[in-house]
Amino acid sequence: MDLSSINPVLLVASLMVSATPILFAAIGELVVEKAGVLNLGVEGMMITGAIVGFAVAVTTSSPLLGFAAAALASAVLSLSFGVLTQYLLSNQVATGLGLTLVGLGLSSLIGRPYEGIKSPTLPDIHIPVISDLPVVGPMLFQHDIMVYVSIALVAGVWGFLKYSRLGLILRAVGESHDAAHALGYKVVRVRMAAIFFGGACAGLGGAYLSLVRVPQWTEGMTAGAGWIALAIVVFASWRPWRVLIGAYLFGGITVLQLNLQAAGLQFGVEYLSMSPYVITILVLVVISARGAHGAPASLGRPFHASS
Amino acid sequence: MIRLEKRPQPSQVWTVMTPVLAVFLTMIVGGIMFAMLDTPPLEAIRIIFWDPLFNTQFASFTRPQLLVKAGPLILIAIGLSIGFKAGIWNIGAEGQYIMGAIFGAGAGLAFYPSESWLIFPFMIIAGAFGGFLWAMIPAILRTAFRTNEILVSLMLVYVAEAMLASVSQGLLRNPEGLGFPGSRNLSQWDASANREIIAGSGMHWGVLTAFIAVIFAYVLMTRHIQGFNVRLTGEAPRAARFAGVIPARIVIFCLGLSGVLAGMAGLFEVAGPAGQISIDFNSGYGFTAIIVAFLGRLHPVGILLAGLLMALTYIGGELAQLMLGVPGASIQLFQGMLLFFLLATDVFINFRLRIGRTEVA
Repeated sequence: MDLSSINPVLLVASLMVSATPILFAAIGELVVEKAGVLNLGVEGMMITGAIVGFAVAVTTSSPLLGFAAAALASAVLSLSFGVLTQYLLSNQVATGLGLTLVGLGLSSLIGRPYEGIKSPTLPDIHIPVISDLPVVGPMLFQHDIMVYVSIALVAGVWGFLKYSRLGLILRAVGESHDAAHALGYKVVRVRMAAIFFGGACAGLGGAYLSLVRVPQWTEGMTAGAGWIALAIVVFASWRPWRVLIGAYLFGGITVLQLNLQAAGLQFGVEYLSMSPYVITILVLVVISARGAHGAPASLGRPFHASS
Repeated sequence: MIRLEKRPQPSQVWTVMTPVLAVFLTMIVGGIMFAMLDTPPLEAIRIIFWDPLFNTQFASFTRPQLLVKAGPLILIAIGLSIGFKAGIWNIGAEGQYIMGAIFGAGAGLAFYPSESWLIFPFMIIAGAFGGFLWAMIPAILRTAFRTNEILVSLMLVYVAEAMLASVSQGLLRNPEGLGFPGSRNLSQWDASANREIIAGSGMHWGVLTAFIAVIFAYVLMTRHIQGFNVRLTGEAPRAARFAGVIPARIVIFCLGLSGVLAGMAGLFEVAGPAGQISIDFNSGYGFTAIIVAFLGRLHPVGILLAGLLMALTYIGGELAQLMLGVPGASIQLFQGMLLFFLLATDVFINFRLRIGRTEVA
């Protein structure tokens, strides 16, 4: 094995790229869960975003249009989950699973003509001076725009939940929907908006995967990224900045694992490729063993104004 | 104005009616989908739902397939349904299915080329144990640390898939296979083959086990105290605790049972229809079984019917691919839609629609 082939600068740079899809999906899901809704369909929304974004980017040769279309498509798809769980009061766990299955089917149906095509990629931005800094420049300041958008989104969600009135209402809805309803807030409407936002974020994450990270379309390419995003929300104890940390840690593991494979570590490729999932489980165990969760009190509970 | 009004008690009629309605709605929307794909919708629906059973030319080939496909689905779904009743969400049945196949095949291949009749029963036990072991990971983590079993069981599917890739290239690779990945063919080795009990019917030992599981689950859920405890835990967890039901035991029981059944399903598949351990051995039965469990109303008899229906869509889907060039993914979408429509129409079990103004009581 040749560890010297692993370049720390490139490692950090590719870590940020590999963490971005999960970061998008996780920060969206955080808002959804803060509103008291457990949407297990992240995987399905992500993969729908991945193919819609890819298809639009290839047809229009504009990656940014691809991202916009992906966000819209996944958000619209997530509304089906919203209608089912919020208006028709279906079980959230089952509906989320259904959304994942629908998303996987839908994506491979749309994606058939797009297999094996290369997508137009986003150019890396170049900021005068700081992008040219030695070491730090290529590590942090030579990425494409979406990496920074994802970080800005985390900051935005943090500010929104902590300082804005609407954020307070959203948290109230998530903590006690009955109390929020009694105060006259529209519980269902707030939740629908949160679900819509979560869907859009998952779509962006999926599109980042197919347009930048890979950049290609293959069937089932999300490979559990949506589920890992769900785990990261738990890991983060429902706090935005910790979602960022969680996603980057996870991205780091993924990249390191790939680098070790490339460096020819004599330790089964299969064991390395299962490591992100095993580590996710271990992290979940550590977090849950610690007890204090900070999960929204109404998470996953259905709301009907009459009962 | 249309609004929902809670029923005093769940409607019996709708409990039976919603799956039928959901299938009907899926056919309509699926038909629209096929029309958009430039396939004649009515013909596609006929090929999927009618031809596999009644077509004069090839129904005799496809009918046995119905049992072959329904067997694992029913077996897995029965296990899942008991957990779902208790609010325990094992969605990693696919992983338990894979581990059952690996353990079972490994146990059998250890004795190759012996011809003892004991090998097949031993493989079944090993397969069940493999599934059980894999399900115990989320079960123990949940009871010891309150870790979410949904995420853990699902993550373990990816771990199991990596294991499958590993053993089919290493540990269980056929030494006479010219270095190609994949194990020896179990269905061609007399001692390990999961044969048809009645030739030409598709009825292999796994299908028989699935039918036994249906009866077992029915007795358990309606006549046995443990079944009552499971249902009580799902419907009123606090009441269950006051009644002396220990939640940890229910978690272990539900996950263990579903693991055993999924593991056995994997073994029967690998020793029969699939024949060997290979990288792409698993085909999503573990996930489709979730749909089967819900479509069957989490009731054993319902699951039996739902499993047959879902098997029909698999076979019909393959036929439609062959005859109309319908993409394979559209069947997956079809199945997902079925679950969606079912969950949507389920609202009528507990609520009724009120149209017009309602007076204040």
